[in-house]
Amino acid sequence: MGNPIYFGQSDRAMSIFCFGLSYQTAAVDVRERFAIAESALPDALARLKTMPGLAEGLIVSTCNRTEFYVTGEFRDSPAPAFFESFYRNLRAGDEAHLFRLWANQCVRHLFRVASGLESMIVGETEIFGQVKRAYEFAAGAQTTGKLLNRLFQKSFQVGKQVRSSTAITRGSVSVGSVAVDLAEQIFADLDGCKIMILGAGETSEKTARAFRSRGAEQIFVSNRSFERAAALAAITGGRAIHFEDWEQEFRDLDILVSSTAAPHAIITLDKLAPFLRTRRHRPLFMIDLAMPRDIDPAVNKLDGVYLYDLDSLQAMAERTLEVRKQEAENCYRLIEHHVQDFQLWIERTQPASFPPVAIQLPGA
Amino acid sequence: MHLDFLSSLIFASDRWWVWLALYGFSLASAYSAYSLVTGKFMAPRLTFGLISAGFISQTLFLVDRGHQIGRCPITNFFELLVFLGWSMTLIYLLIGSSYRLSLLGVITAPFVAVLNIWALLAPDHPLLTGHQPVNPWLETHTSFSIVACGAFALAGVAGLMYLFQEQQLKTRKPGSIFFRLPPISTLTIANSRLLWLGFVLFTVGLGSGFFIGQEVDWRKVAWSVLVWALYGGILLGRHLHTMGAKWIATLSIIAFSLLLSVFWGIRFISDNPTVR
Repeated sequence: MGNPIYFGQSDRAMSIFCFGLSYQTAAVDVRERFAIAESALPDALARLKTMPGLAEGLIVSTCNRTEFYVTGEFRDSPAPAFFESFYRNLRAGDEAHLFRLWANQCVRHLFRVASGLESMIVGETEIFGQVKRAYEFAAGAQTTGKLLNRLFQKSFQVGKQVRSSTAITRGSVSVGSVAVDLAEQIFADLDGCKIMILGAGETSEKTARAFRSRGAEQIFVSNRSFERAAALAAITGGRAIHFEDWEQEFRDLDILVSSTAAPHAIITLDKLAPFLRTRRHRPLFMIDLAMPRDIDPAVNKLDGVYLYDLDSLQAMAERTLEVRKQEAENCYRLIEHHVQDFQLWIERTQPASFPPVAIQLPGA
Repeated sequence: MHLDFLSSLIFASDRWWVWLALYGFSLASAYSAYSLVTGKFMAPRLTFGLISAGFISQTLFLVDRGHQIGRCPITNFFELLVFLGWSMTLIYLLIGSSYRLSLLGVITAPFVAVLNIWALLAPDHPLLTGHQPVNPWLETHTSFSIVACGAFALAGVAGLMYLFQEQQLKTRKPGSIFFRLPPISTLTIANSRLLWLGFVLFTVGLGSGFFIGQEVDWRKVAWSVLVWALYGGILLGRHLHTMGAKWIATLSIIAFSLLLSVFWGIRFISDNPTVR
């Protein structure tokens, strides 16, 4: 850990602060009260600009966090005071969910956020884009200055480096993405694959979307309720077929995703074997997301058939998450170098206007 | 510096090219293995570059040796092993870049490195002095047969990788290496194309052997025809869809093992004229 960054100019102390709340400190019902939609960001930034003592400001608001990165005279402002000043509607007990980070703590936190290390799913990359967008909004609204510009540009550089030089983003951590990864290791390209989705529940929808996002074009949806099949087909750009007809399409299938509410297996070894003879040894990837299972586990013994159920996919996702958590230690070490670099930059470029005064932060 | 002196320094022993090739293949093997096992950053271009450097060294050896003896340099076991390694590398460089199979190099590089070590340990009989009359049928027979061996070797490598990937999929607990190796469908296509390439080359090599004009050793011919028929059977099974990819992959490995046995057998017969 490096020394804290703190800039003092006699009694007018200035530093970088982060005021916020996240899924780590607040439940969703609290987070949603503080969340700022993208459409409301311009107004929020305009209001932020008028806050007393503020030099620069930026708001990062996602479903998992709302954070204000500011520079100015907030040394004596605890988090509740800052939030009260901005929102003016704090409820009793809210203060327990709010945090304030400053100086090195704030810099380290932002670098970790941009790298996906503070995300609910460690290593996810969506947050990088969200932070970048937040910065673009603030820069557009001219609420950032030299310090925040440098800080956020550095955070993008750090985020990229963490992603490219460590294994933090490697592998998939959701059942749908794991299934798609496996499909790509079987068929190489998904654009020529014929995919059948049996059942139109939430799990089917997520998996179908995952396939679609990786280039799958031939998606067929079948469900006992044709209307629901049609609705899912419309979302995924696929084609709905009647439940009585799905077996007719089976011969040309490459991937089958099944998650019906059937009380027993609807695809058994005896039922599948005759189909395989007509498939000319093309591989068949079967994904059973139903509970109870739709596909007899014995079909995995057949040549060219690869069956994965919910448990096996979940286990793979958890293993990836575990690897990512272990890799996070390497990322923290990498980030620490950049925190120190940033501190050196501050000390080198700012002394004239803000002579550095290092103090020990509480809890640092 | 006088050009002849420089040339004599560099070409003091043409075996140095083989040593140089060995360094290239060994480095490529070590780097690929390290990347694969640790999951660290893998630069396929680096592996490809090292293998290419090894290939260039092998080529320079063959050109130099060929120039010295005035024929295709497959006149002793040392040359034969170098030529086999060169053939494998040539086909890897052609197929590997075309079918996004750069990771085929993970197995190809150590395989060729072992061939080079084996070659360097093998006796390199004195070179033929003076330019002997060249028998074009013999040259065709030998060179085509060995390049075919290179293609069959790579088909075996692709088959081995296929079986590994398939086994990983079946266990439902694929490790991290599984996601860094090529997809099974890509390996199936590569395996099939390499088998076809090898079969066509081997057919030409085998056919041209009948026109050499020397006494025919029917034991060699019988073994060679057996290998040819086995590969032909595999391809027929593939064409008629009577065999699945797993069977084709397994048979590619078995057939190449048999081919290596024939290779040994022919060498044994050649080295021991009394068993003829």
